Amino acid sequence: MAEKMTGAEIVVQALIDQGVEHIFGYPGGAALPIYDAIFQQDTIQHILVRHEQGATHMAEGYARSTGKAGVVLVTSGPGATNAVTGLTDALMDSIPLVCITAQVPTSLIGSDAFQECDTVGITRSCTKHNYLVKRVEDLPRVMHEAFLIATTGRPGPVVIDIPKDVQFALGSYSKPNLETLRHQSYRPKTEGDLDAITLAVDLMLRAERPVFYTGGGVINAGPEASERLRELAELTGFPVTSTLMGLGAFPASNAQWLGMLGMHGTYEANLAMHDCDLMINIGARFDDRITGRIDAFSPGSRKIHVDIDPSSINKNVRVDIPIVGDCNLVLEEMIRIWRSRTNEPRTEAIAPWMAQIEKWRAVNSLGFKNSDTIIKPQYAIQRLYELTKDKDVYITTEVGQHQMWAAQHFHFDKPNRWMTSGGLGTMGYGLPAAVGVQVAHPDALVIDIAGEASVQMTMQEMSTAVQYRLPIKIFILNNERMGMVRQWQDLLHGGRYAHSYSESLPDFVKLAEAYGGKGIRCDDPAQLDDAIREMLDYPGPVLFDVVVEKDENCLPMIPSGKPHNEIILPDTANIGDIIDEKGRQLV
Amino acid sequence: MNANLLPTGSAYFLTRETAQPERHTLSVLVDNEPGILARVVGLFSARGYNIDSLTVSETEHNKRLSRITVVTVATPKVLEQIKLQLERLVPVHKVHDLTAEGNGLERELALIKVAGTGDHRSETLRLADAFRANIVDATTESFVFEVTGKSSKIDSFIALMVPLGLVEVVRTGLAAISRGPEGM
Repeated sequence: MAEKMTGAEIVVQALIDQGVEHIFGYPGGAALPIYDAIFQQDTIQHILVRHEQGATHMAEGYARSTGKAGVVLVTSGPGATNAVTGLTDALMDSIPLVCITAQVPTSLIGSDAFQECDTVGITRSCTKHNYLVKRVEDLPRVMHEAFLIATTGRPGPVVIDIPKDVQFALGSYSKPNLETLRHQSYRPKTEGDLDAITLAVDLMLRAERPVFYTGGGVINAGPEASERLRELAELTGFPVTSTLMGLGAFPASNAQWLGMLGMHGTYEANLAMHDCDLMINIGARFDDRITGRIDAFSPGSRKIHVDIDPSSINKNVRVDIPIVGDCNLVLEEMIRIWRSRTNEPRTEAIAPWMAQIEKWRAVNSLGFKNSDTIIKPQYAIQRLYELTKDKDVYITTEVGQHQMWAAQHFHFDKPNRWMTSGGLGTMGYGLPAAVGVQVAHPDALVIDIAGEASVQMTMQEMSTAVQYRLPIKIFILNNERMGMVRQWQDLLHGGRYAHSYSESLPDFVKLAEAYGGKGIRCDDPAQLDDAIREMLDYPGPVLFDVVVEKDENCLPMIPSGKPHNEIILPDTANIGDIIDEKGRQLV
Repeated sequence: MNANLLPTGSAYFLTRETAQPERHTLSVLVDNEPGILARVVGLFSARGYNIDSLTVSETEHNKRLSRITVVTVATPKVLEQIKLQLERLVPVHKVHDLTAEGNGLERELALIKVAGTGDHRSETLRLADAFRANIVDATTESFVFEVTGKSSKIDSFIALMVPLGLVEVVRTGLAAISRGPEGM
């Protein structure tokens, strides 16, 4: 039975019907009717942010740690443009978001009205889909369709732009039937082709040097997919590596785990990718951080690629067996077919390969020279891991060296525990993402491993954390440098550090106190453990300023334009001579 | 030293693309809704694909469906990507590569204005007749012709009109459909 209500009430009712419990937003003139409707209900909690970019990253953290869509509400004009970075981030990392943007009244659209911008035009290329709702009759359908599109297939952000007069207009609301939705063409394929999967398992049964290369698709396919990946790995005995996005899908404590691969991945993971005879890509996309030089990428292997997005297949790397489907369903089929052939893992057949991998592992590519006098950033993360590994811990990061060190030295055994900006590489992601994660998991330990440069980009969200009593821990590896930029200037630009150092940094302890949180500083390796415990014991938000070695390089590293087997290891001197003219042009 | 670097979409793709670009006609069936054309052309510009010709119109009013015919030039690898990227757009129902399927019928319409007097006028009319061009406007100093056919036929007609006083040309872009009883 359809009920009469205003557009604003329809928005809120649709959110309730979608099971939304939290939204992240910031009010403004055009959004007032929706805010009024939110004020008059208790089902949905609204988290008031300090900047709309913060709202989008919070929604991303919320979505990545729960598997549900994150919801954002912003006003027209600057509210919408401030959300663009987070929307692009969500698109690149395939994170389900529904972002409601208010718009000036339909009669004013196109008149350069106050706080007007072409939101659907601006966000068209940074969303999976977007809508401008000009009639209240369309609103119930669009609201529900947006959630369907955001959360199914390859997930992504969806924008719904709602003019103020549509928010006021009276319309009838009923939950629409999915079959009557407008876009009948939208039917993502989830079940992989059985013949292709059978062929893939045939290759796996004959492989001598196999490797699983897994990605964010396994996380996006839900916790079941991670379970199935573990089952298949156990069943086959094959080694597993993962992209930055896929960390946690396979337990880092497992002996078959090779560590992360890619530009700052481990020696054993990258060499295994280079020398394998069968690469089984589950939900990763052959990103340039992974492949390095394409024409020298894993030259001797057959490649199986499982992806829910057909356009990811054969985009960067030609594969032998493409399988379009949901990772969870395809893994289930792979397990079933493998079991129908044998119950034995290929331990004996791949023993020489595993022995080779152990030799690579013995290189200890994540090693570093520790110090008694100064805190090494890697050491700080190792200690953080050791002191928190018995807790249910969620890690977010900013972007740069600290992010890569976190990926290398913090270890994950569960999916949905690792939130980082992979595709877009958004500095300032981690602090608001931590807020979003903490909203979803109020009792969990949520830590943002940050750099002192990145964290200042969205520092204002500390105020949000304090307002909602969200006890997030911001673990700042402070080297007074934009460390990764500094490292690249060493590699490529003769050590000329153009604007890559942080002068006039704030006093993070005082800053934390100014926000109403707690500040801690530590620069002594001997006192680090106690300082970390102090951070963990404090029941509110903490800014922890870890003063670390200033000029540490993040290694290992595959330099731009080089294949996997030309990786720079930690004991390499003179990194400034390694990259040639061609590599210098790359990013 | 970097002369053989070609933009290929990936920063790490250092090898020369050896495959030759091909010209293909794609037929794209879409929901007729605001912004759909912007989505399609935005996709082409964002990913660096070419558009040689583009024709759009609603074709099934009751189902609110439009047909977009787009002619593009790309290597086979990129052509496959174009098709898959188009299919990713939510309002896109189907994409057919009529050139790859090999059964496409292609037509274009042009309106061509030619001005001249004396011998030029009679020569213009003789050629127009040979090309089955209709006269849709005439004055004592000018004609407007309507020519329909393959793009190559229109190209030839225009080339012939240049010395005879060609003033201006407007073309619709290519419309294409597959032969035989099957629809899209």
